[in-house]
Amino acid sequence: MPETARKIDHQPSFRAMPDTQGHFGMFGGRFVAETLMPLILAVEDAYHTARRDPDFQKEFDSLMTDYVGRPSPLYFAKRLTDKLGGAKIYFKRDELNHTGAHKINNCIGQILLARRMGKTRIIAETGAGQHGVATATVAALFNMPCIIYMGAHDIERQKPNVFRMKLLGAEVRPVTSGSQSLKDAMNEALRDWVTNVHDTFYIIGTVAGPHPYPMLVRDFQSIIGREVRQQMHDKEGRLPDHLVACIGGGSNAMGLFYEFLDEPSVALHGVEAAGEGLHTSKHAASLQGGKPGVLHGNRTYLLQDDDGQITEAHSISAGLDYPGIGPEHASLFDARRVTYGTATDAEALEAFKLCCRTEGIIPALEPAHALAYVTQLAPALSRDELLVMNLCGRGDKDIFTVAHHLGVSL
Amino acid sequence: MSNPRIAARFAALKAANRLGLVTFITAGDPNYETCQEILLGLPAMGADIIELGMPFSDPMADGPAIQAASLRALSSGMNVARTLELVAELRTQNKTTPVVLMGYYNPIYRYGVQPFARDAAAAGVDGVIVVDLPPEEDAECREPLASVAIDFIRLVTPTTTPQRLQTIAAHASGFLYYVTLTGVTGTQDMAVDDTREALQRLRSQVKLPVAAGFGIKSAQQIAALQGAADAVVVGSAIVREIEKTLNTPKETANATLQFVKHLAGGLV
Repeated sequence: MPETARKIDHQPSFRAMPDTQGHFGMFGGRFVAETLMPLILAVEDAYHTARRDPDFQKEFDSLMTDYVGRPSPLYFAKRLTDKLGGAKIYFKRDELNHTGAHKINNCIGQILLARRMGKTRIIAETGAGQHGVATATVAALFNMPCIIYMGAHDIERQKPNVFRMKLLGAEVRPVTSGSQSLKDAMNEALRDWVTNVHDTFYIIGTVAGPHPYPMLVRDFQSIIGREVRQQMHDKEGRLPDHLVACIGGGSNAMGLFYEFLDEPSVALHGVEAAGEGLHTSKHAASLQGGKPGVLHGNRTYLLQDDDGQITEAHSISAGLDYPGIGPEHASLFDARRVTYGTATDAEALEAFKLCCRTEGIIPALEPAHALAYVTQLAPALSRDELLVMNLCGRGDKDIFTVAHHLGVSL
Repeated sequence: MSNPRIAARFAALKAANRLGLVTFITAGDPNYETCQEILLGLPAMGADIIELGMPFSDPMADGPAIQAASLRALSSGMNVARTLELVAELRTQNKTTPVVLMGYYNPIYRYGVQPFARDAAAAGVDGVIVVDLPPEEDAECREPLASVAIDFIRLVTPTTTPQRLQTIAAHASGFLYYVTLTGVTGTQDMAVDDTREALQRLRSQVKLPVAAGFGIKSAQQIAALQGAADAVVVGSAIVREIEKTLNTPKETANATLQFVKHLAGGLV
């Protein structure tokens, strides 16, 4: 080895993952039925070509600006900052996107890819319904038939979003197997895909599933972090010190974190749903309560029993109610690049109310988990530290759930 | 190292110029005892190879019949260790009928691939099919199994390109499992002409025996594949016989075995 090469500090880049086989360290990969393999390889090829194509990027950017309404604001939450008395708190307002959450960023990217591949039918799974609504939206925009798989239990607790999807022309198919929530909806979507592999594109809603999905969903969502870097530079002239995001599958968090993975001064915090508490069996904290395993096309941390059977997740938030997590998070957890914490149902509800009354923003129950964590973290930080929390969804869809928990009948 | 029991069985089928019958049931469905009774009776009813499903909570390649079987088995307390016990019980009576376990990777991964290979070999398992381990990911499971002479059976499907077939065939052992349709188990019928044509193409390109499965439910369909495959796999249709007699549990084993006997009648 030449002398100069040895002197280079080979600090590995966290942004270099996944490898060509879709592995994030030991996680990720392509654990799918053979029938799907040729298609998954074709999606990967199409994606690699698309992202080098300036026309693809241009169309994506233009839809982000004119249809989604990006960039979403970076808002200084002054009253909350004063109330908590620590770090300066900013909200990344991804709840102001068209359809009310960050999910649309990824759906725009994937439907452009589906069209490039000549696919004519769209399927998706949804938990809280935000990804279902975003998928139904882009399917309407691109005039493609769309089928959304949704757990029967989630249909019950997310009625407004079910109606939205139907208004947008999608067919919502209730899934009655298993726990009737997100994981079962994903099983059913995979069954549809393997059956209709010739004409169907599966728009996966989070940074999970077989390669290349965790990578491409992250890439489409990483616009969040790129905007934060620019906006923080404009407002404060420097990098943020702390980034906080909630995690179900982890797409809003990866979207926020990815830009900053190789910035050692930026602390990253992911917040899992602790449901009724990590000490109970009713939670959705795959990293802190799970073990590595293989499900839904990837190796990652999973809630499971000793026999490798997947156990049911629980969270007040349908969007976090999933027994797995994106493989990149699993890898960042093991590498300790991201600090993963939790918030319980009760803490999320308190944060939900706090956000409504302090900032005049009704947040989704998902980012309410991130906010619950912020109420613990921010007071422990000094006033000159900058904290950004991804307010990744708005709470209109959750008012029935919240009313129920507060004992109010609507 | 390939498995001698599977090789011997296909050699015998070839010598007899006969299509083999592979029967699928889920281990522990509807419970351990009844499953054991069915399992022990299968060889005499004409099962040439026994495929035993390893129950999993999230069987995403399976249709409603096998999903339900998996849930019944799990709620009756089935797990990987008990599945291997079932095989060991069979082996005390039968030394020649190959047993192939079919399932999803997570229970094997959780058990530990090395301990699984060791215990499966000790129980008398001959082959393993892992639905969600394509060639890109299967080395970590295939190699430990090969070291104890358990075949890792790979799948070929209607979406398999000629180029990909070479990749699949390269490290396949025992036999190739041809999935006759794009879909999940037990929901549609295979298209006979397309399947025969695909099998003919496949067998001209590979040396291993080929078993065709998915969408094969009746003795007539089996008869229609005469000469086109080395063996046929029937799964959901057998599992439905178990399902039909859930309210009359004393009849389950007999009804299921009689159905297998009827299927074997299609082999000629």
